Amino acid sequence: MTDIKITYGDDISGNVPEGDPSTAWERRRDDYKLVSPLNRRKFKVIVVGTGLAGAGCAAALGELGYQVSNYTFHDSSRRAHSVAAQGGINAARARKVDNDSIHRFVKDTVKGGDFRGREADAFRLAEESVRVIDHMNGIGAPFAREYGGELTTRSFGGVQVSRTYYTRGQTGQQLQVSAHRALQRQVAAGTVTLHTYSEMLDLIVKDGRAVGIVSRNLRTGEITAETAHAVVLATGGYGNVFHKSTLAKNSNCTAAWRAHRRGAYFASPAYIQFHPTALPISNKFQSKTTLMSESLRNDGRIWVPKKAGDDRPANEVPEDERDYYLERKYPAFANLTPRDIASRAAREQIESGHGVGPLKNSVYLDFRDAKARLGVKVLDERYGNLFEMYQDATGEDPHEVPMRIAPGAHFAMGGLWSDYDQMTSIPGLFVGGEAGWGYHGANRLGANSLLSACVDGWFTLPYSVPNYLADHLGTAPLDVQDAAVQETLREVRDRVQRLVNIKGKTPTDHFHARLGEILYEGCGVSRNEAKLTRAIEQIRELREEFYLDLFVPGTGETYNQELERAGRVEDYLYLAELMCVDALDRKESAGAHFREEYQTEEGEAERNDDEWCFVSAWEEGANGEHIRHAEPLNFEIIKLQTRNYK
Amino acid sequence: MRLTIEVWRQDNPEVEGHFETHLVEGAQEEMSLLELIDYLNDQLVSEGREPIAYDSDCREGICGTCGITVNDDAHGPVKNTPSCRQHLRSFKDGAVLRLEPFRSGAFPVIRDLVVDRSGMDRVLQAGGYISVDAGTAADADSMQIGHGRAEKALDFAACIGCGACISACPNGAANLFAGSLLNHLSTLPQGSTERSKRARAVIAELDESFGPCSVYGECAKVCPAGIPLSAIAAVNRERARALIRTGKDD
Repeated sequence: MTDIKITYGDDISGNVPEGDPSTAWERRRDDYKLVSPLNRRKFKVIVVGTGLAGAGCAAALGELGYQVSNYTFHDSSRRAHSVAAQGGINAARARKVDNDSIHRFVKDTVKGGDFRGREADAFRLAEESVRVIDHMNGIGAPFAREYGGELTTRSFGGVQVSRTYYTRGQTGQQLQVSAHRALQRQVAAGTVTLHTYSEMLDLIVKDGRAVGIVSRNLRTGEITAETAHAVVLATGGYGNVFHKSTLAKNSNCTAAWRAHRRGAYFASPAYIQFHPTALPISNKFQSKTTLMSESLRNDGRIWVPKKAGDDRPANEVPEDERDYYLERKYPAFANLTPRDIASRAAREQIESGHGVGPLKNSVYLDFRDAKARLGVKVLDERYGNLFEMYQDATGEDPHEVPMRIAPGAHFAMGGLWSDYDQMTSIPGLFVGGEAGWGYHGANRLGANSLLSACVDGWFTLPYSVPNYLADHLGTAPLDVQDAAVQETLREVRDRVQRLVNIKGKTPTDHFHARLGEILYEGCGVSRNEAKLTRAIEQIRELREEFYLDLFVPGTGETYNQELERAGRVEDYLYLAELMCVDALDRKESAGAHFREEYQTEEGEAERNDDEWCFVSAWEEGANGEHIRHAEPLNFEIIKLQTRNYK
Repeated sequence: MRLTIEVWRQDNPEVEGHFETHLVEGAQEEMSLLELIDYLNDQLVSEGREPIAYDSDCREGICGTCGITVNDDAHGPVKNTPSCRQHLRSFKDGAVLRLEPFRSGAFPVIRDLVVDRSGMDRVLQAGGYISVDAGTAADADSMQIGHGRAEKALDFAACIGCGACISACPNGAANLFAGSLLNHLSTLPQGSTERSKRARAVIAELDESFGPCSVYGECAKVCPAGIPLSAIAAVNRERARALIRTGKDD
């Protein structure tokens, strides 16, 4: 019998302004304390991460006049994984006459997230989305334009209007590089000090407040501490815990996880999105599941052969023997159903023997009809670089044969818990972007991730962090000789050295690959009690083996990429257990968290609002005990309802 | 497949490097170039040896992190394709692959195949940006930009900052990189008030840290983002324009 200790802590408050959530942000901003321009340079803020949330926050705080110390493990602030988001960024600008509005944006986001996110957060996201587009355009992002010169939009999953702004299939890259330029401008101005090749390995906490970080210079191995008045983590999501995911290879959870171990609650770790249009695994050497943008579902049609085990090439399967299963099951949204539903439907087809491709592990995404309707030129203007990327990866031309796609681990809706002001349960520690948990509930809508990162970085943290700083006017950052700093430094050095000293036989990646297999099986697209319990057992066994048999070549005093990865995988081995514990604990299905025990007669996710209408925020107890706090959720404008995309 | 890998090994910037030869059995055509290095590294680590250090991140060709010189070609044998999207199907069974870091005086080797490309960020720091603070931008819909103009700006903005152009250039010039930046920003109305100022600052940094452009055209052949060679003309055009507008920012 697996020994899983869960205890239940106090309910926690999200500190959301009382009353009408649609005006909450304006009222909260009026309540925030200010720091006068001349006092701003007396405050130092550490921002970890240079993706859209991190670079945005660092640049915006720098522009306001604060001293910012910005960390990235990359060689440049342009590389962060925000760069890889393809399809677009949503905004509730509602300029068209397709009847979009702030209210509809919030409804789509809250409903898409299956009512497991904060309604007031979604209102802020919608409200600030309007000027996010203005700002990113202003700093040079070349958004796609109509022939009349105005911004153009397209549609994304879970939405019946057209509110997604884009730059071909490289929206994330254009926003990220624009943020990078804005950040470099502050570096030149001297307000931001950028630390490249510097990975945060721990958070320094003194008297219950976050006061600094410990980082390792990846080039030299040097481990140092820096203190500040506040710390912002914008360090991205943890999808790579699955080993094969759509994320960049270096994306990791270490900074957020280290903060969790220092006391920051971790919200909804089980909520992980499986992207329905990832490329399937086709051989054992494949290092990731490359993402194909959801925007392809605007024109591509998803199908499988009606007959299980049909081996004919796609183009030889006659029309009446094809099952366009999304169009059949969800006629109102068809190929644009939200990601969780599309992924689960694909998984069902694959598991019932209708999968296609050599390993029978994928479904078709077909552009035959779009090509006939639009022509190759228009198709290439919309998706040219995606078609090329697909052809590079598979050797097949999607103009001629359908793409093959499969669900792949993608976006983490879970992350460090924070209140409405983006402050975690450790005062002075803020979180932004995918590292946090906000906005998306149990399932994120396409093109809301670039938006939430921009809103957090440019238009939320620059208001809420100064509110915290204002109370600390006249104080200096903690002396680095302080015992709290020195003790954290010592612990980090010991931990790094311990990994090097194991001197077993197995390379890091083998543990990571096995962990990924355990999670895809036990905590994947659909979960149940037996699978989750088994996964927790296997994770614990793997962790024991890791500490006995890991082999990290070289030393900690050099540029050692194996050592970097070992530290990240060590943290995944604990995070993975918490993901399974959360999935086991939550006895309902919601969004991307599908528990087989809780489904409707039609096989759809069945929420239990009477017992589970809250966010789980996990605290680490002593001796491996998991303490679950709950933040109750209230829906005042978008009333609780069952999702229906039929 | 059976491949011979001759790979550059260098422990740190201060020591001399050397080539090391490995025979790799069991490689497959569908592996990417980077998956081949992963495969070789797995063998090396399993034998207790240090793996080959190399840069890579998104493996989708958009982050610009990866970049290896393969048999003298920046990124690899397939033109205009980043290392992560190069596949072994481009090589014959029994081939010899000589893997080196990106070569350029402006890119010191950090370790093995990893180089320091921070010089490219210094071009931006010099002035390669638009000076608009958060929250102060005009309504993006009030700024009309024709479809073609926006597409042209994006053709140049597509640069992924990998540095292959600089590595491929016999002179080590960064004109394709800087030209794509200047062309992107000068094509758009936003930031036009600082066009000459930006050009002067960016070009001064270019002259300081990188080689001169002799229009060899090697850069555009390797660029994974397909930046057209006309980007390098933008550097000269903006230089001349800024000279005519001496004393003015726009």
